[in-house]
Amino acid sequence: MKIRTIVISIMLGICPIVWADNHDLSTIAEVSGSTDKTGVFKDLVSQLSVKSLSKKKITVQAIAKLENDRVRPLLEALLKARLFYGKASPHPVYIVEVVDQGYQLTDAVSGQLLGIVAKRSIKKVRINNRFRQLIRGALAQRDLRAADAAVRLQAVKTMSKHMTPAVVALFREVSKNEVDEDIQRLMLAAVANADLTATDGAVRLAAIEVLAKTMQVEYVSALNEILVVDAEGAYVESDRQVIKAAKQAIKEIESRISWYENIQTLFFGLSLGSVLVLAAIGLAITFGVMGVINMAHGELIMLGAYTTYVVQLLMPEQLELSLFVAIPAAFLVSGLCGILIERGVIRHLTGRPLETLLATFGISLVLQQLVRSVFSPLNRSVSTPQWMSGSIDFNPVLSLTLNRLYILAFTLLVFSVLLMILKRTRLGLEVRAVSQNRAMAKAMGVKTERVDALTFGLGSGVAGLAGVALSQLTNVGPNLGQSYIVDSFMVVVFGGAGNLLGTLISGFSLGVATKFIEPYAGAVLAKILVLVFIIIFIQKRPRGLFPQKGRAAEG
Amino acid sequence: MGLSKLLQGDTGGQWLLGVLVVLAVVVPICNLWLPETSFFHVSTYTVTLLGKYLAFALLALAVDLVWGYCGILTLGHGAFFALGGYAMGMYLMRQIGDRGVYGNPLLPDFMVFLNWSELPWYWHGFDQFWFAMIMVMVVPGLLAFVFGWLAFRSRVTGVYLSIITQAMTYALYLAFFRNEMGFGGNNGLTDFKDILGFSLQSDLTRIILFMFSIAALISGYLVCRFIVSSKLGRVIVALRDAENRTRFIGYRVELFKLWVFVFSAILAGIAGALYVPQVGIINPGEFAPLNSIELVIWVAVGGRFSLYGAILGAVLVNFGKTFFTAALPEVWLFALGGLFVLVTLFLPYGIVGLLRRKKEVSS
Repeated sequence: MKIRTIVISIMLGICPIVWADNHDLSTIAEVSGSTDKTGVFKDLVSQLSVKSLSKKKITVQAIAKLENDRVRPLLEALLKARLFYGKASPHPVYIVEVVDQGYQLTDAVSGQLLGIVAKRSIKKVRINNRFRQLIRGALAQRDLRAADAAVRLQAVKTMSKHMTPAVVALFREVSKNEVDEDIQRLMLAAVANADLTATDGAVRLAAIEVLAKTMQVEYVSALNEILVVDAEGAYVESDRQVIKAAKQAIKEIESRISWYENIQTLFFGLSLGSVLVLAAIGLAITFGVMGVINMAHGELIMLGAYTTYVVQLLMPEQLELSLFVAIPAAFLVSGLCGILIERGVIRHLTGRPLETLLATFGISLVLQQLVRSVFSPLNRSVSTPQWMSGSIDFNPVLSLTLNRLYILAFTLLVFSVLLMILKRTRLGLEVRAVSQNRAMAKAMGVKTERVDALTFGLGSGVAGLAGVALSQLTNVGPNLGQSYIVDSFMVVVFGGAGNLLGTLISGFSLGVATKFIEPYAGAVLAKILVLVFIIIFIQKRPRGLFPQKGRAAEG
Repeated sequence: MGLSKLLQGDTGGQWLLGVLVVLAVVVPICNLWLPETSFFHVSTYTVTLLGKYLAFALLALAVDLVWGYCGILTLGHGAFFALGGYAMGMYLMRQIGDRGVYGNPLLPDFMVFLNWSELPWYWHGFDQFWFAMIMVMVVPGLLAFVFGWLAFRSRVTGVYLSIITQAMTYALYLAFFRNEMGFGGNNGLTDFKDILGFSLQSDLTRIILFMFSIAALISGYLVCRFIVSSKLGRVIVALRDAENRTRFIGYRVELFKLWVFVFSAILAGIAGALYVPQVGIINPGEFAPLNSIELVIWVAVGGRFSLYGAILGAVLVNFGKTFFTAALPEVWLFALGGLFVLVTLFLPYGIVGLLRRKKEVSS
């Protein structure tokens, strides 16, 4: 939990406030709540064997107020008619599980397993329907006062689905002492929703004011009910002020919802963009820096994804750590494969980009079939480790899934490392020299052959890393690479070949643009529109957003 | 320029035309008049298969013209082929009339299925054969014109051009998958009944379609040969080898490119129109970027910069595909991929280049 918090705080400078808030409060609540009195609990439990329902009721109410872990299982067992008592005195009380041989007993006070007994030897603690309602209420109240904020939140959520007057009263009372602001807000909103139908105008206005600060769609429809008009178009509602306030509130809620929806779309766009960047950035190196069109790039991504799959198969016990093994492994597998391709094929086709395109396409077919023969043509699913699954919910509209957040961060990390390599290391210097003027670099003593192989290896290795990330988002199959190759080329061409920063910007902007068009046009049309846009854009700027300047541009 | 002058020194072309003429004579005889038990009988399946290869050969010719002679590596020619095919398919669809599953006299089945009440505007006129035939050429030609005019004018060349042609076919691929487009979604157009009143299932119709394919291929070849041996042909080869120099000499490079590109697209469209009635289906899969790349493979294997080489490549690769996908489906992609790597590495001018080199060595 802690590592997760830290990582996320680094990634998103803004949100840790909300996140940490929840956390601290629940810790405080845990500490203050540990005042259990086992003795009192035990005494009360043994009194459950009394016949009188009214006495039983008093006992249950007393038990429900105790701070003890065993209270909940006990009351639940009572609800399900699975609470029994023994014949000894004072009566021991058991929670019972029906098994083939008889009753499996658990001590209600200590929670110890006591073995199996015959059905006749114990007696049921009997209750009636009214009693059940009482217990349910007591359990709900208990949940609303629980030490764990998550339990309270869940309780509020379930209970606000069926708002009876009793629940409203309960919320009204409990919300006064609620320390967690989010939960308090939820309760107050539920109460306000109920207050909308009150008779007192002032109460209704206050309720509308509370609702205006929420962002649940159901409250919008509740508010809309106030604005119902009759056949002549006149408002059914007589209170002008209430109508005005309700209109205002609806406007406020809707604008808030759409604001957060936009943020959510932006996040999806950035997430798509991060995938695009990750898939394209290796290509940007091989295509942009070396001028080699590697159609097998998609298959190198696929190899990375399959490496992740194999690593998980090899270490099924350490699923949580397998990704950290998979990342270097995928880099090596794809990188070595890339070097092999460069040494075996591309080297012989220097300066003939179109032939390179065709040859590497042939390689991509071979790699695809290879994977199909080895792993079967079916998709394989790679499991997501625990620390990567789940999401951060900020409010009903905005929730960020963790795996996408991590991939976003991973993309930025990979990008900065690549940039460092190209700008700060000897290899990077040589790569840039060769890409600008091969003959001159050679004359100055740069081993161009070696540089070519390493550059290609680097680009391919990054493709492998993209494969690791993709395996966390989609199923891994032989066609995985193919579906990304066209997109990756678009990103590189749009950004301007030979410019890593251009690739980053173009990937993110294409991702965000796609996601913002999607709600209006649908996923397929959005993609088509983006493609058409790129085709037209290339006419205007044939060398992309950030063209290489100087002699290197005249390739 | 007479035929003999056109084919002067073009041994490969003479061979090709000879083979095609022989096929045009022998295949109908062997299919229609020889009894099925005869050893020399050619089944209708084989006729259709050959017809398909011929359509592909015409397509390869179109690709060779733009790539081999003009130096534009197009990765989107499959789109023109498919558009021609769709235009033909729309005519065949309208011919079904009320014989469809839903029996609607006007609307094709898939539109009835989608609850459409009237024919979309772009489906009008396709009940006329002549209109459909014009559209077979106009639609791909127009797309090529618009695309080429934009691209060549702003001097998008080389790899960039290849990639945006790929983007073009990919965009169409996605678009034609959509039901809303009105082209049958991912099922495409199929279930054709007859063409110009002749049943598509009958042997005679198949033979006639086959003959038309041969005729189209022969005339396509002759026109392409005429183009490349004309002065225009010299200019496009010049601009392939040194675009800037050609421009500085004073030629409007983009216009020449545009002309060749549009002509080639029309040729591809015709190939598509021949393909569809013989195969009996057209679906968005034809737009897949992979298909367009495969076309380039055919040309590369046969040998670019020689028109008959492209035809040879198309037939050989497709024959290999038919054979391998039936006999050893696992091996096909290995074979195709390997072939591609080997050809580009060792046979830059394909099989034709290899033959030529042998000839030079022996002489």
